[in-house]
Amino acid sequence: MAAKTTRPDGRKPNEIREIKAQVGIIPNADGSAMFSTGDTIAIAAVYGPRKMHPQHQQNPEKSVLRCNYNMNSFSVSERIRPGPSRRSTEISKITEWALEPVLMLEKYPSTVIDVFINIIQADAGTRCAGINAASMALAHAGIPMKNLVSSISVGKIDKQLVVDVTKEEEDWEEGEGATDIPVSISGDGKITHLQLDGKINKEQLIEAVEMAKEACEKIHEIQKKALKESVK
Amino acid sequence: MESPRITRERVKAYLAEGKRFDGRKPEEFREISIETGISNKAEGSARVKIGKTEVIVGVKLEVSAPYPDSPDKGNLMTTAELLPLSSERISSGKPGFDSIEIGRIIDRGIRESGFINFEKLCIKKGEKVWSVFIDIYSINDDGNMLDAAGIGAIVALTEAKMPKYNEKEGKVVSGEWTEDKLPIEKKVPLSITVHKIGKKFLVDPTREEEDVSETRMTTGSYDGTIASIQKGEKESISIEELKEILDLSEKVRNEVFKKIEKYIK
Amino acid sequence: MTERKIVVPGEVVAKGDYLPGEWTEKRGDEIVSIRYGLAEEANRLVKVIPLSGVYIPRRGNVIIGKVENITFNGWILDIGTAGTAFLSLMEVPRYVNKDALEEVMEIGDVAVVKVVGVNRRGVDLSIKLRGLGKIDEGIIIKVNPNKVPRVIGKEGSMIKIIKDETGCNITVGQNGYIWIKGDSIEKELVAKEAILFVSDKSFITGLTEELKKWFENNKK
Repeated sequence: MAAKTTRPDGRKPNEIREIKAQVGIIPNADGSAMFSTGDTIAIAAVYGPRKMHPQHQQNPEKSVLRCNYNMNSFSVSERIRPGPSRRSTEISKITEWALEPVLMLEKYPSTVIDVFINIIQADAGTRCAGINAASMALAHAGIPMKNLVSSISVGKIDKQLVVDVTKEEEDWEEGEGATDIPVSISGDGKITHLQLDGKINKEQLIEAVEMAKEACEKIHEIQKKALKESVK
Repeated sequence: MESPRITRERVKAYLAEGKRFDGRKPEEFREISIETGISNKAEGSARVKIGKTEVIVGVKLEVSAPYPDSPDKGNLMTTAELLPLSSERISSGKPGFDSIEIGRIIDRGIRESGFINFEKLCIKKGEKVWSVFIDIYSINDDGNMLDAAGIGAIVALTEAKMPKYNEKEGKVVSGEWTEDKLPIEKKVPLSITVHKIGKKFLVDPTREEEDVSETRMTTGSYDGTIASIQKGEKESISIEELKEILDLSEKVRNEVFKKIEKYIK
Repeated sequence: MTERKIVVPGEVVAKGDYLPGEWTEKRGDEIVSIRYGLAEEANRLVKVIPLSGVYIPRRGNVIIGKVENITFNGWILDIGTAGTAFLSLMEVPRYVNKDALEEVMEIGDVAVVKVVGVNRRGVDLSIKLRGLGKIDEGIIIKVNPNKVPRVIGKEGSMIKIIKDETGCNITVGQNGYIWIKGDSIEKELVAKEAILFVSDKSFITGLTEELKKWFENNKK
C-alpha cells in the first residue's frame, strides 16, 4: 500500500480545489467560458465554424478544429515572453486531440472552428483548466457534440496519488519525487487525453486514471451547471 | 461583418443631433469598471472594462543590466497583444500593427510623464537595474481598446509591489514580494482618444463607431501637461479642429480621472 | 412564465419509447442531446432547439448580406456564414451591363436577398422579387440567428407590435441581421431596444404580453 503523504494545503488525496466556472464571458465570441481550480484560472473563446484561412488547409469532409493555448506573461512568477513556445504549441495540439473525439465536425465541411485558450493565473493543471473551459465554450457556441469533456491532473507525490496537483506538488522532491498525469475524459467515460511525466508502475497508473475519472465526473456536473445557469 | 456603408451615414446623422446609437452624448464614456489583483503572480495587475470592451494588464519586474546611455535608471518595456479570442477579426500569428501601436502609445505616455521614478529603480549603477514590463492583453474588443489599455497600465503600476531581491546572489526571489510599492510619482498620465466622424468629434467609440471613424488623436497628459500625442488614420484635421480635440481631450480626461481616482490614489 | 428544460451535449433528455428528433441521438433506450439548447417533446418526438450556433442557410430564406467583392458576373456577399454567397447578375430584376455592376451595388453596400440555392459550392442568392435589393439607409443590428423565430413571432405577430409602436420599417433576416428604417432617430433606437429585449428573453412564454408592457413603460 502507498504510504500516506500529507498534502501541503491539507486536502484529501481525492479532493479537488475550489472550482469556479462561468460561461459567456467574452461577448464577441460565438462561445466562451472561464474555468478555475484553486489559483489556476483559464478562459476560452470559440469562433466558428467560420472560413478557413489559409484555404489549402480546408478539409472538404469536415470542419478543422484549431486550438491555441497561450499563457499570459504575468500568469507565472517568472515572466514569460509573449508569443508561442514549444510547450504552448504542444499543449495546443494536445487540447485538439482531447476535444476532437466528441465534436461532430462532419456537419460543417470546409470550415474551421477556432478555440483560443488563455491562462490568466497559473498554479499547475493549466492545460486541464484550459480543456475544461474550451469544452464549455464549444457547447456554448452551439457546436454539435456527443458529450462534454472534463480534464484533471492527477499527481503522485512520493508514493501517494493525489488529485488536482498544485505547483508545489508538481515540484515535489522528497522520496520518489513528483509524477504528473493530466487526463481528459469525455462524458461517456472514455479517455481522450493522457500524458505522464515522472515514474509510476502499471497498477498505480490505472489507479490514478480511475481517480481522474471520478474527479472528472464531479467537474462534468459543474460544467453542466455553468451552461444551464448562463440562460437568464 | 464590419460596419456597412449605411452605418457611417446614420452615425453622422445621429451625431449631427448630438446623439449616438447607445444613447450617449459624444463626450460621454461608457461605464468603466476596474478590478485589481487579477493574477497573484504579477507584481501588479488590473482588469479594465469600458462598456463591453475588456483588457487585462500585468506588471512584472526583472533585474537586468541598464541601457548604456542610462546607467543609473531602470528600464521600461510595454507590450500589447490584441488576442484572437477578443474578436473574430483578429487572427493568430505575429502581433499586427494595431497591437504594436497600442504598446508604443501607452509606453510613450508613461515614459515621458515621469510617472515611474526610474532613478529609484537603480540597484547598482552601470550594473543592475530593475526593468519594468507592462503586458497588455485584449479580452473583448468593442472599441476604444487604447484608452482601456492606458487605464489598465496606470492602475497596474499603482498596484505594483517590489519583488524580494537577494543581493548576495543578485537574483529575484521568485514568488515573494516586499511591502514596498513600485516608485511612482503623482503625475498620472491618462490617455484619451478623440475620433472624428463627419464634422463631429466623439470619445470612447464602440467598435461599430470605430469602424466608421475617419481619424483619431490620442493625447496622454497629466495635470495639464501633454506628454504624448498620436494622430492616426487617414483624414486630415485643421488647426481649429486640433484646438477642439485638445479641449475635448482635457475635459474628458478630467472626468475619467475622477471616475478612476480611487484606483490610482 | 414557464421555462423549458435546458440541456447540454451528452445529457439524457428522455428514456424509453421516444423518437430522436432534431439535435438528438438515440443511445440504447435513451434520447440524448447533442446540442446546447431547449428540450421539447411532442407526440413522442423529442427534439432540442439550439440556443446558439451559426446560421444554416436554407432555400427560401430572406437574409441580409454585405457586398465583399464584385466578380465579372456578380457580387459576393458576406451573410455571416463560413461559405460564399453569390448573387449572379442574372438574378437581378433589370438588365445589368457586365461593365456596370458597381452601379447596382458596391463593396460595402448591404442588401436584402433571398437564398435560391444551397450546394457544396456555396449559397446562391437572388434579388428578383419585391422587397429585395440594396438597402439605401437605416441601421443594421445583429441578433443570435436562433432567436429570429421569436423576434418575428407566430405569423409575424411579435415584430408587428414593434413595427406598429415605432412606425419603423423592419426587415428581419433569417441570418440574424435586421434592418431598421424609421423617420426619426429616437424611433429607430426604440425599435432596436425592443428587438434586443425580445431576443434576450426569447425563451420565456408570455413574451408578447411582456413586450406590450415594455412599450408602455418606455413610452415617456
